[in-house]
Amino acid sequence: MSSTPVKVVPEQARPGESVQHTSPLIGARFSPTGEYVIAGTQDNSLIRWNPAKKTKDALVAHKSWVRALAFVGKLLFSGDWAGRLIAWNYADAKPAPVWDRNAHLGWLRALAVSPDGKTLASCGNDKLVKLWSIPEGKPLATFSGHDWHVYNVAFHPDGKSLLSADLRGNVKEWDLAKGTVSRILDASILYRYDQGFGADIGGVRSMAFSPDGKWLACAGITEVTNAFAGVGKPLVVLFDWVAGKTKTLLRPKTNFQGTAWGVAFHPSGFILGVGGGSGGAFWAWKLEESLASFTLTLPNNARDLTVHPEGRYFTVPFENGSLRMYDMGPK
Amino acid sequence: MSQLETWDPKPGTDTGGPFQTIGTSVPGTHICELLPLSAQHMHRMALVRSINTAENDHGKGAIIMHTGRRTEPGITYPHLGSVCAKLLGADSNPLPGYIHVTPRGSGGVNAADAAFLGPRFASVALDDGKAPANIDRPTDLTAEAEALRHEMRLKASERFLQRRRTAQTEAYTHSYDQAAGLMRKRGVFDSSSEPEKVKDRYGRHDFGRHCLMARRLLEGGATFVKVTHTNYDTHHENFDFHIEQLGEFDRPFAALMDDLAVRGMLESTLVVVMSEFGRTPKINRNYGRDHWGTAWSVALAGCGIKGGAVHGKTNANGTAVADGMVNGAHLFHTYLKALGFDGKKNWYIDKRPIPMADPKAAPIKEVLA
Repeated sequence: MSSTPVKVVPEQARPGESVQHTSPLIGARFSPTGEYVIAGTQDNSLIRWNPAKKTKDALVAHKSWVRALAFVGKLLFSGDWAGRLIAWNYADAKPAPVWDRNAHLGWLRALAVSPDGKTLASCGNDKLVKLWSIPEGKPLATFSGHDWHVYNVAFHPDGKSLLSADLRGNVKEWDLAKGTVSRILDASILYRYDQGFGADIGGVRSMAFSPDGKWLACAGITEVTNAFAGVGKPLVVLFDWVAGKTKTLLRPKTNFQGTAWGVAFHPSGFILGVGGGSGGAFWAWKLEESLASFTLTLPNNARDLTVHPEGRYFTVPFENGSLRMYDMGPK
Repeated sequence: MSQLETWDPKPGTDTGGPFQTIGTSVPGTHICELLPLSAQHMHRMALVRSINTAENDHGKGAIIMHTGRRTEPGITYPHLGSVCAKLLGADSNPLPGYIHVTPRGSGGVNAADAAFLGPRFASVALDDGKAPANIDRPTDLTAEAEALRHEMRLKASERFLQRRRTAQTEAYTHSYDQAAGLMRKRGVFDSSSEPEKVKDRYGRHDFGRHCLMARRLLEGGATFVKVTHTNYDTHHENFDFHIEQLGEFDRPFAALMDDLAVRGMLESTLVVVMSEFGRTPKINRNYGRDHWGTAWSVALAGCGIKGGAVHGKTNANGTAVADGMVNGAHLFHTYLKALGFDGKKNWYIDKRPIPMADPKAAPIKEVLA
């Protein structure tokens, strides 16, 4: 991975290095320097992959699946379905938990680190949002008010607001100075109650701010016609942050059934997404267009998306246990 | 319903999923963490963890679990509810012998459930737990006028029956008597009089209301009540859906068990938690589990059941029965035995003997008191 600036365009995306795990993967994040990719698995372990050195090892401490991952400096935070939050020195030769907390009752669904690197936010099925000090892991605050499982959290790049998004697409903006909700954005298009099935389906499965803080993207599934078979369409809701309104609904250009499991802003301005359902797909959108300007069919159901800090690569964890890097740089 | 997310969890295995186990009121017996309230009733319950019905089709699986038999050409067997209505129901009971409290959109009578036992023992479905339609006498019909109508109908019916008496005409005649009885018992269908605390204890959602209705019906003298909870066909997002569905199941089921126990009704009421099959140990690419009749579980409680018993086991990751394999026929024998009947005895249809339960199977003794 070169640090020399190169022209990066999603249309050039092509598969690169990969590593295979024995269990399906459910989430992944690049470390801050891009040296490692950490992925959560269905065997409760985290895998640490160094694509340049072609090494892969396991971080073992969780007793349930992990999808919630966040980094700051040399610390990795991971949260599992049992509500446990663990901090690791991920670059150690043999990483071990630095501390762990019983953070949530039930599934800890997502983690985010504040722009100043001093605060960690977590959320989960106990309908709570919690703040923790970095690096100590001391509880700082608990925000209640969601009536449904909280699926995602993200800090605004200005560091003044925290966003939490729930099953029904309620996206709450918390004023961090006051600890109160200042407004609620509407991403309810990512939710449906299936009367025939008698159950809820949807939720904000991935959430990301643009680096300049002008745009917020929430990803998931919409137009569900059959919840138990997952018949629906992937969707990314793009919000104008200042207005607090939906700017664009980002959809695949070609027919695809399933969920948008990952969304990210590329430093160059385009929006990247991946989905899984009837196979896997990678999409790229321009801000001003609702249909994807580029689609790459992926070999399997994609479960998440993480973009390398330098922007040239993205990595996708797959249902079949494959963790693959894609190159958007010149061929 | 997934056996791995309910009665036979396998955490830490390739099939186990993300959930943990919890202890129960029976030392050594663990179930999935999604059933914390049900776990406190385990001393009243028995688990059968070794069912292999070898059937992955919804309809065929349902027939096996309702009748204890596979579909056979030339004969249709009665459902457990109809069997209980026949064996346990009193002629004087105005309530239908087999009441099915359904989710929305499926009311009415299903005569096919009773098969050769006759339509009198058919299931009567209460759509969304509501009372049967037209249970109240029309306001413009006086009691005197109704009595006169009834008298006239009886005279006509008696004359007709002197020459043409069949099971259908019997059921037809019975249905009028039953309707009149039902109208007198209509209070059992009205849960609005229940204290708010009781409604909260069962839960305000559909399955909570329906379980409360089941308790009221049983308390009011109903012979057999089936409550359907939909839906567990989780080909997609099995884990999110089981959090939600079992969150709905756990509270009302535990409340029902509490109420039956406190009222002294559990000794005379058999409780069965069944589905048409389990879910695949293998987790599919959409976080789902598919149909699986090969190794799954049923829970029993109450009348004739040995509380705390566990029969059979599956292998380490739940992909096969390791010990004590049983099928729908064994379960059907077990239900009958628990209620005091011998499944090896016969029905007689036009003097033709038909075994009540599949003669190739026997009751599961380990779960019987």
